[in-house]
Amino acid sequence: MCRGIQHPVRGLFLRSYLAQVSRDKLPDIGSEYEGDADTVVDAVEFVLQNFTEMNKLWVRMQHQGPAREKEKREKERSELRDLVGKNLHVLSQIEGIDLDMYKETVLPRVLEQVVNCKDEIAQYYLMDCIIQVFPDEYHLQTLDVLLGAFPQLQPTVDIKTVLSRLMERLSNYAASSADVLPEFLQVEAFSKLNNAIGKVIEAQPDMPILGVITLYSSLLTFTLHVHPDRLDYADQVLGACVKKLSGKEKLEDKKATKQIVALLSAPLDKYNDIVTALKLSNYPRVMEYLDSETNKVMATVIIQSIMKNKTRISTADRVEALFELIKGLIKDLDDAFHDEVDEDDFKEEQNSVARLIQLLHSDDPEEMFKIICTVRKHILGGGPKRLPFTVPPLVFSSLKLVRQLQGQEENPFGEEESTTPKKIFQVLNQTVETLSNIPAPELALQLFLQCAEAANDCDLEPVAYEFFTQAYILYEEEISDSRAQVTAIHLIIGTLQRMHVFGVENRDTLTHKATGYSAKLLKKPDQCRAVYACSHLFWVDDQDNVKDGERVLLCLKRALRIANAAQQMSNAARGSAGSVTLFVEILNKYLYFFEKGNPQITVAAIQSLIELITTEMHSDSSTLDPAADAFFASTLRYMEFQKQKGGAIGEKYEPIKV
Amino acid sequence: MVLVLAIGDLHIPHRAPDLPPKFKSMLVPGKIQHIICTGNLCIKEVHDYFKTLCPDLHITRGEYDEDSRYPENKTLTIGQFKLGTIGQFKLGICHGHQVIPWGDLDSLAMVQRQLDVDILVTGHTHQFKAYKHEGGVVINPGSATGAYSSFTYDVNPSFVLMDIDGLRVVVYVYELIDGEVKVDKIDFKKTATAPSAH
Repeated sequence: MCRGIQHPVRGLFLRSYLAQVSRDKLPDIGSEYEGDADTVVDAVEFVLQNFTEMNKLWVRMQHQGPAREKEKREKERSELRDLVGKNLHVLSQIEGIDLDMYKETVLPRVLEQVVNCKDEIAQYYLMDCIIQVFPDEYHLQTLDVLLGAFPQLQPTVDIKTVLSRLMERLSNYAASSADVLPEFLQVEAFSKLNNAIGKVIEAQPDMPILGVITLYSSLLTFTLHVHPDRLDYADQVLGACVKKLSGKEKLEDKKATKQIVALLSAPLDKYNDIVTALKLSNYPRVMEYLDSETNKVMATVIIQSIMKNKTRISTADRVEALFELIKGLIKDLDDAFHDEVDEDDFKEEQNSVARLIQLLHSDDPEEMFKIICTVRKHILGGGPKRLPFTVPPLVFSSLKLVRQLQGQEENPFGEEESTTPKKIFQVLNQTVETLSNIPAPELALQLFLQCAEAANDCDLEPVAYEFFTQAYILYEEEISDSRAQVTAIHLIIGTLQRMHVFGVENRDTLTHKATGYSAKLLKKPDQCRAVYACSHLFWVDDQDNVKDGERVLLCLKRALRIANAAQQMSNAARGSAGSVTLFVEILNKYLYFFEKGNPQITVAAIQSLIELITTEMHSDSSTLDPAADAFFASTLRYMEFQKQKGGAIGEKYEPIKV
Repeated sequence: MVLVLAIGDLHIPHRAPDLPPKFKSMLVPGKIQHIICTGNLCIKEVHDYFKTLCPDLHITRGEYDEDSRYPENKTLTIGQFKLGTIGQFKLGICHGHQVIPWGDLDSLAMVQRQLDVDILVTGHTHQFKAYKHEGGVVINPGSATGAYSSFTYDVNPSFVLMDIDGLRVVVYVYELIDGEVKVDKIDFKKTATAPSAH
């Protein structure tokens, strides 16, 4: 009866009503309407017919009316599409349809209609509908038939989206439970899909690159879910992608590059292990086609994946491969314009590279040394802006290796080529030197001093001396900022004080220089403090041959003279003497060496210093300084406390009047 | 009850990639009232991270710190004057590379006298220390990441949490040894003139 209504819209609504009304009256299995005359087959037949007719009506709408109203018609049509689709929905809910019936009857009939209607809108919608509405197991088992329909569709149909959705559904199905995986293998899903995609791409040579990549991206996700152990499949997919990309220039399309990043991130997320991803030979080749900006983004994604999973990269080869991948961050790629890179972003990038370097480690010293050399080779190409970020972590990795080697005995019969601390120090020397040329002299100085300490622990006197020389040269020639000088001097004195490897001559030279620098600092208070710090260079507790009481006293006296001069300057410039803090500090130093047993520090000297301070504090021209007062008071308290301790210390302090 | 976190010498990213995850899960925002940082973070990201744990952040400059505007030393006072009793603790912070000889307790005691504080928090050596002397307490929280140190070969990641209550401070030290977090605690009490250890 419905056939009588040939007007498309009316017919559609009529049939839709029919479908709705007849829905629960279908003679499905178990339904009350089932009988000898009416079975599931009839139900299916009914719905299929309804579907077919509705589709024909729907398609006919396209061709009615004048050409200029085409857009309006298409909009109308898309609003009505659910009416047609509902039939398929009904079909999917008929319980009596099993896999065989689906395969033999339902799918072929539906597909026949879809293909024959030759209508772009209908085909796209209905293919999608089929995929969404019927269960995934059915799709797997009918993959051939389903995929076979695609090349028969109109060329303007957006096949890639439908295919992608199909693959997505199948991926999710695979992810839902491990039991279903064998099914996939049985139907050879991967190769079928791979071939289908290949055919589609071939059939549409003008497909924009975004489409191609989306297809391969979906296929890759599918592969990772269904065949996680088949690296060769994943590599194949990437390889097909490379083939398609080759011959074109670097991608400019933002969406396409985004898709490639998604494509490349999928293996990282799945494997949780960059080492596995590094085995995909086509992986770096795909990255070649990214522009430098996206290359950096991808490199950052890779580094983040490593940090999140705390992957240990433990061979030099893997390090080499990894640094090839992230070379966008390591150096300026050839065709990169020196765009205005945001400074904060740049810092973040380089800091993440620095953190990455910390994760490169092997327990085998030989391998570790190779890793260090590989990293060094790469970062030295980074240019002056990157070195201050990348060199320090490499230096500390190397120093850790030196420590590890120290623990092992030096094998006198070892091969020429084996790694020794000496070799590492040579590499370190050259590496830190690159910093002095940038210029980053303060950083270089600090690193040289660290190396000197490590050399000290290895008993390598000439090496340690060389490092000190380098540090001193930097101080003399490159560090001119006053504040930086103060910090540098403290580091020099602090390091030198701990050196035990130097013979008398070397030590004397270095100490002499250090005291010289101290006395030449710009501000008098800084001078004073540095000079009295130098006093410790002449007295080291655990080294008996470094206990030169006289030189200690000389330093302290010199510090006193400087403090005096500072007072006079203050008087002259400001009309009032400065604070007595410096004197109190020097007093404390006197007490320090007094307790250590320096015979040159006498009770008389301490006493006169106390009187000096007291006089200064009470003089008219003195500045009010509660901090200095408190300092002096607590120092006096300390002396009182020491007196009351009794024993040797108490005896020492006894004669001092506070 | 005032909780003060003392932490420092992380050396991120030069010597360590990140804080140990076990420490990170323990340091939760909102529980700590003050953070004292001895220095050598070294980058802004670490600074920002600490800021999320507690807005009252005090940092002194270490020689590798990226931000050179941190002060060389700092003092802060915890607690208030109460009628009749002094319920105040003065804390001082200083990185320690300026105090020579490095790690020498007598020289550090001098700094403590100079800053006139009850508790001096200092770093640089990456070795945990809590030392009481007549003038007060010197605490070194060690390195929170266990970073390489020329000072010592055995660096376990560690930090310190101080619980200050009136005149009493309990120092909890958290150390990561062989993958496990071990906690130790030390009591200090401040009398009218000088603190003593229990």
